[in-house]
Amino acid sequence: MTYLIRFMDRMKIERVMLSLGHTLVENPSTQQLREQNDQVIRAIQRWPDRALGFAYLNPNHLAFSLQEFDRCVRDGPMVAVKLWVAKRCSAPELDAIVERAEAMKAVILQHCWFKVNGNLPGESTSLDLVKLALRHPKAMFIDAHTGGDWELGIRAIQPVRNIATCVAGFDPTSGVVEMAVRELGASRVIFGSDGAGRSFASQLAKVIGAEIPDSARNMIFGENLRQMLMPILRAKGRQA
Amino acid sequence: MIIDVNVNLSRWPFRRLTGDEPAALVTKLRKMNVRQAWAGTFDGVFHKDVASANARLADDCRSYGQGILTPLGSVNPKLPNWQEDLRRCHEEHKMPGVRLHPNYHGYKLDDPTFRELVKLSAARKLIVQISLCMEDERTQHPLMRVGPVDCSPLAETLAAEPSLRVVILNAYPSLQIEKLGPLSSAGQVYFDFAMVERAGSVARLAEQVSFPRVLFGSNYPLFYFESSLLKVEESGLTDAQTKAVFEENAQRLLAR
Repeated sequence: MTYLIRFMDRMKIERVMLSLGHTLVENPSTQQLREQNDQVIRAIQRWPDRALGFAYLNPNHLAFSLQEFDRCVRDGPMVAVKLWVAKRCSAPELDAIVERAEAMKAVILQHCWFKVNGNLPGESTSLDLVKLALRHPKAMFIDAHTGGDWELGIRAIQPVRNIATCVAGFDPTSGVVEMAVRELGASRVIFGSDGAGRSFASQLAKVIGAEIPDSARNMIFGENLRQMLMPILRAKGRQA
Repeated sequence: MIIDVNVNLSRWPFRRLTGDEPAALVTKLRKMNVRQAWAGTFDGVFHKDVASANARLADDCRSYGQGILTPLGSVNPKLPNWQEDLRRCHEEHKMPGVRLHPNYHGYKLDDPTFRELVKLSAARKLIVQISLCMEDERTQHPLMRVGPVDCSPLAETLAAEPSLRVVILNAYPSLQIEKLGPLSSAGQVYFDFAMVERAGSVARLAEQVSFPRVLFGSNYPLFYFESSLLKVEESGLTDAQTKAVFEENAQRLLAR
């Protein structure tokens, strides 16, 4: 986190949302989930003004994931859920996790990619997230990488109002943010960096370089996420 | 002021881009303090009539460039009579170099025709830019899937052509930049950072290849120009390092 803070300061990033641990584990065991979440909890407790945390859950260990949600979010300092590539998110096992998150008004960040060279077995596309979101219309979801192949990702989630898109973690290809704002509205577009695996710079450039109104830029850079997190932060007695 | 060694004119076939009209491109570059941009053409990646693509590129740079666009034509050594394209780039269009797209043109860097091309380029004192890729392999059009260039055979070619000046463009994120160090030691090889990723990417690249070998390249208009600009800021360079990366290194390369 100290390493990240150095770059955040340079790039004027006030706050980050952390998830996963020091190493990337695609299908973590229960022990690994706990270790990864503990690593994030330690970081956000040391830097409470600079970082908020997602609880990393694995639907392949459903009962444990529900316990982990309670430990990290309901009873702990985390404010949202991160789901990665252990299981496609259209699977029915996700329902219990979503219900638990919805009850706490915790947003769910789901990794989504459309890879022309093939997804991992448990890797979701934005269309998987659409199926899940339609089953839970009152829950809040974020498509973590605008589907990677963003022209597909934006189209996929366009009709489903409870999915926002996070423009993190893919090349700074011209036009992505313009298309997202045009098709989804600025209120459904969220900045993310995927740092430190990606450069903060290349990801900021998507929003800074986009031909959109400054009001939309401000929403994308912070206001939208602040609005999404406000209920759970208030419930925890924290400021957004 | 900036010398950007990696911009393209004309149209990307799969998407319209802000800046894909030459006048708009030049307006943006001037706004970003670019005093010189080394411009290739998207047509050179995809067209078989490379000669007309290069002629249009030279003409557009002259007509719209306001003195900042320097054309670098494409040469595809798998086309018949490619040597004539090289000659025209040098003698007719007065280009300082050429840009190669080995993956889109179907050859590897140990191909004998590639070696012949670099030998002839070195003899003409032309800079050779090698674009390792244009976009993320995972997001390409399903009917146009092209893997990135493997640059590992390049060191052997460089050893045989010590006067050759090479610029590696678009070193893609999954390429470990630690592999670029030996390449920079093998000859006069320079690198842009349009596609180099992770926090502090410019400083990390310079650690591997040394600061004098790092050039500013944006991959504009396919990428947002601001990406490379902000990477310099993120890397926390000294003023002298920033000036070298922005301008002086490319200026020195061009003057050789």
